[in-house]
Amino acid sequence: MFQTPDFEENNCANEFPIVTRMLCAITIGVLSLGLMAVLILTDSSSSSLPVSLPTIVQDKLAQSGAENPVTAVLLNFRSYDTLLEIGVLLIVAVAILPRSGALSDSPLVSVVSHAQANPMLEGVLRWLVPMIIVMAGYMLWTGASLPGGAFQSGALLAGAGVLAQLSGRVQFCFTSATAKLLLTIGLITFMGVAVGVATKTGIILQYPTELAGPLILLIESAATLSIAAILLLLYNSLATQTAGISSQPSALADQTAASNASSTDNKTLPSSTREPAP
Amino acid sequence: MTQDLLYCIASIGLFGIGLYGLIVAPHIIRKILAINIMSVGVFMLLVASASTVDSLPDPVLHAMVLTGIVVAIAGTALALFLASSVHTLGRATDEDSH
Repeated sequence: MFQTPDFEENNCANEFPIVTRMLCAITIGVLSLGLMAVLILTDSSSSSLPVSLPTIVQDKLAQSGAENPVTAVLLNFRSYDTLLEIGVLLIVAVAILPRSGALSDSPLVSVVSHAQANPMLEGVLRWLVPMIIVMAGYMLWTGASLPGGAFQSGALLAGAGVLAQLSGRVQFCFTSATAKLLLTIGLITFMGVAVGVATKTGIILQYPTELAGPLILLIESAATLSIAAILLLLYNSLATQTAGISSQPSALADQTAASNASSTDNKTLPSSTREPAP
Repeated sequence: MTQDLLYCIASIGLFGIGLYGLIVAPHIIRKILAINIMSVGVFMLLVASASTVDSLPDPVLHAMVLTGIVVAIAGTALALFLASSVHTLGRATDEDSH
């Protein structure tokens, strides 16, 4: 699927002469060593700061709706950061979304039966994917009190998706309506909650104390789905684009063969989507 | 010399290596990798400076690193996508001109 990146291409044309490189190395080396020296010489602990953020977080932790301080900071005290971060992810996803046409009617997940599957990976996946999904749910739930949360859980789910795609048996179509819903549901939920709590407390993203826990769980669940979908989309576009580069004429032939095959014997995974298979 | 000071020094070293690679490396993928090494250096500095002597580590810095990692992934993916598109377009123009 991947072509080895061609590191040597145009190598001689763009490379700096050795003198420039040495000069660059020496400058950066001296600057880094200087910074390290400053760091060692001024090694005073951070007690001189006027405010101690850990103390403030500890004081307000009971009102935040989460027991884990990192989760409390991410989704309550500085939830604006997290909102914008999901926005950044969505912008990147939109930027690299495959361009193929309007809303395609193929489902998000389709099983390809003709493909040259990797039987080893496929066999392992039958055991691995359910375990990863359970593990992702655990990570999401445990994020309230221990390290974990939406991003870790989403990354696990995306990893399961990448494995499934690598096995050659499963294809993802990110132009389907389900995929678009999955990609955006995190941001939509987050913004909905942000505006919704503003009607109650008067300030955007300021949760009422008694509802903070459930609201954080709601946001995290939606964000998990979105993050998993977006990360999988990032992998998927890069992989298919690189495959297209490696052999353009034959890739086209492959695609037409794949679409012919998938239109004849596609099977929709039971849990994947409610859309009918074509 | 405490442990977090060691991590801080190592993170400066990582940042320097990445900066050198970013300036000197000729290939775009090497440049993207170099930017990633630089960002790892920054995250390491943040995590190392989050450790406090007496109490729990500073959760604000940890949350910031978590946010930063996700944004760095998104940026890397976009950069790789653009690099790959440039590669494809360049090859297409090459074939046209020949």
